[in-house]
Amino acid sequence: MTPALEGYTMKLNDAVFGALFLVLAIAVLVASRAFPAIPGQQIGPGAFPTLVASILAACSLLLIVRGLRSRQRWFEGGNWLRSPRHVLRFAAVVGALLFYLFAAQALGFVLTAVLLMIGLLRAFGVKWTTSLITAVVATLVIHAIFYKILRVPLPWGLLQGVAW
Amino acid sequence: MDAYLLALKLVFDPYVLMVITASALYGLVVGCIPGLTATMATALLVPVTFFMPPVPAIAAIVTASAMAIFSGDIPGALLRIPGTPASAAYTDEAYAMTLKGQAGLALGAGLMFSVVGGLFGTAVMMTSAPLLAEVALKFSSFEYFWMVVLGLSGAVFIGSASILKALISLMLGLLIACVGMENPAGLPRFTFGNNELASGISLIPMMVGMFAVSEILRYAVDTAPEMKTKVAQVGDVFKGMWSLTKRYKWGILRGSAFGTVIGIQPGSGADMASWMSYAMSKRFSKEPEKFGTGHVEGIIESGAANNSSLAGAWIPAVVFGIPGDSITAIAIGVLYMKGMNPGPTIFVNNPQDIYAVFLVFVLANLIMLPFGWAMIKTARRVLQISRSILMPTILLFCIVGAFAINNTVFGVVLILCFGLLAYLLEENGFPTAPAILGVVLGQMLEENFVTSMIKSDYSIAPFFSRPIAGGLAALTFLILFWPLVSWAWRNRRGTRPLADGTAG
Repeated sequence: MTPALEGYTMKLNDAVFGALFLVLAIAVLVASRAFPAIPGQQIGPGAFPTLVASILAACSLLLIVRGLRSRQRWFEGGNWLRSPRHVLRFAAVVGALLFYLFAAQALGFVLTAVLLMIGLLRAFGVKWTTSLITAVVATLVIHAIFYKILRVPLPWGLLQGVAW
Repeated sequence: MDAYLLALKLVFDPYVLMVITASALYGLVVGCIPGLTATMATALLVPVTFFMPPVPAIAAIVTASAMAIFSGDIPGALLRIPGTPASAAYTDEAYAMTLKGQAGLALGAGLMFSVVGGLFGTAVMMTSAPLLAEVALKFSSFEYFWMVVLGLSGAVFIGSASILKALISLMLGLLIACVGMENPAGLPRFTFGNNELASGISLIPMMVGMFAVSEILRYAVDTAPEMKTKVAQVGDVFKGMWSLTKRYKWGILRGSAFGTVIGIQPGSGADMASWMSYAMSKRFSKEPEKFGTGHVEGIIESGAANNSSLAGAWIPAVVFGIPGDSITAIAIGVLYMKGMNPGPTIFVNNPQDIYAVFLVFVLANLIMLPFGWAMIKTARRVLQISRSILMPTILLFCIVGAFAINNTVFGVVLILCFGLLAYLLEENGFPTAPAILGVVLGQMLEENFVTSMIKSDYSIAPFFSRPIAGGLAALTFLILFWPLVSWAWRNRRGTRPLADGTAG
């Protein structure tokens, strides 16, 4: 389901991925050995992860070889890494998720969502007034759908006193 | 037949019809907006379906995905940007027609033959699924093991740009499926003592992360300036459709049949069906020289193919519980979540549920005509919605959706991690479809493997000596050699644009 992209925007050498996956595979292999066996049974809970990790390890080795042979650069950043605006946009998406993680319980859903939306909209270059209106409307609509209709216990946080 | 009556009652219920209408509009709008894929539309819908009874939940998924696949044609024809990857194959062709002042014909053909293809695929599904289910009832764990292996190897070995990367992607998916206690031994694996991980990695936040958050990240770093385009008014949409039908009847049939087969084949979905079908249409056409200059023939055939593949992909999904593409992988997740576990027994125990799914398919394709027409007429407005406003709203929706599944912020952690992971992997040519199939099928694969081994007293001979199992094994090995065959084929026939749709 990959959209046909014209030029990648962030590319690492295959060998880097190979090495990362090799480490992962080895970690899984080691961890699987520690799983206790089931009495009277030859196949324990470690068998399947071991099999999968072994195939992953073999593929990773092939990928490392391919990456080293390809003379591909170790790291190839796309245009966006040279454009501070786009780096900010990327950081804003990640930041918005992190902000929700740490603030939602204390501030409550409504406040967190409005702040997160304003930050994100501003980062995407939307005007202040449009940002404010969009943030408030989107938050209230989504809150109404999930809190009122679907009864998801979204936290109220600071607004506990005026909960609607 | 009684089951069909029950199914009719299930579907023609005011609530279900309302859900179908709402998801139809939703699917059309999302599919129409470039950058929002049909897969994303489906993934975003899942948290909402979480709160519905099984039939409306499935109805929502089926309707929205079918609409989104058609709707992707609209910006393709009007702006030369495919709304979803499944429309990419004939975007240039449709745009060339728009330049000639034939936007109405291009979109009309896309709509009309999407419906025909969709209905064809549905008819195949309705007739073949119950028959296959009877065969599947005889399956034991050995046969199921091979079915899963067959499905997974199809996803890796057919149509992948890099088999190695697809295989790695699959292994990552299988490892993700290992997390938690849902394994034959009931032992918590790779949970790092985290209670949230004990029940495994929740499928829904993972999919929302992989298909929606990753798309938002990709939008965020897209350095191409946002298109501010004036879209032409579209002329008469349904004019001349009957003469096209008569003229290209074999192409329509070929596209529909081919799309269904591609859909059934696991791991390849609407994208691939449309690319291959377009190429095939050109090869068999009497006027191949007209392709690329604004000729409607290819649009008809691959437009039918991408919608029929959608129904085709549901055949292995409902009969064996093995999804044919990312969208059905999501749908399977929903089925499990609703306790409507797919597999042959559902045809025996609750046939009305499965027939209701069939009826929803028919209904969704029928209402696509008026709804699709309305969408084409209002596309100008929808295409003016600014993506810089839309994307933050979608992100907020993702967050709430992820939270809503278990009512913990751990879901938000998951969408962040899987969003970043999917973004990074796709940027580097690792396809995500094998990973998602691996996650969905991992548990089934392990269970059937372990059960079979215990049954056979740790001998692998029965995996090959049982007649059906042996046949499935042979088929699997055939797929393993597929890359070799297709390589030889391509060398003989010269290069051709095969399966760019699933390429990373």
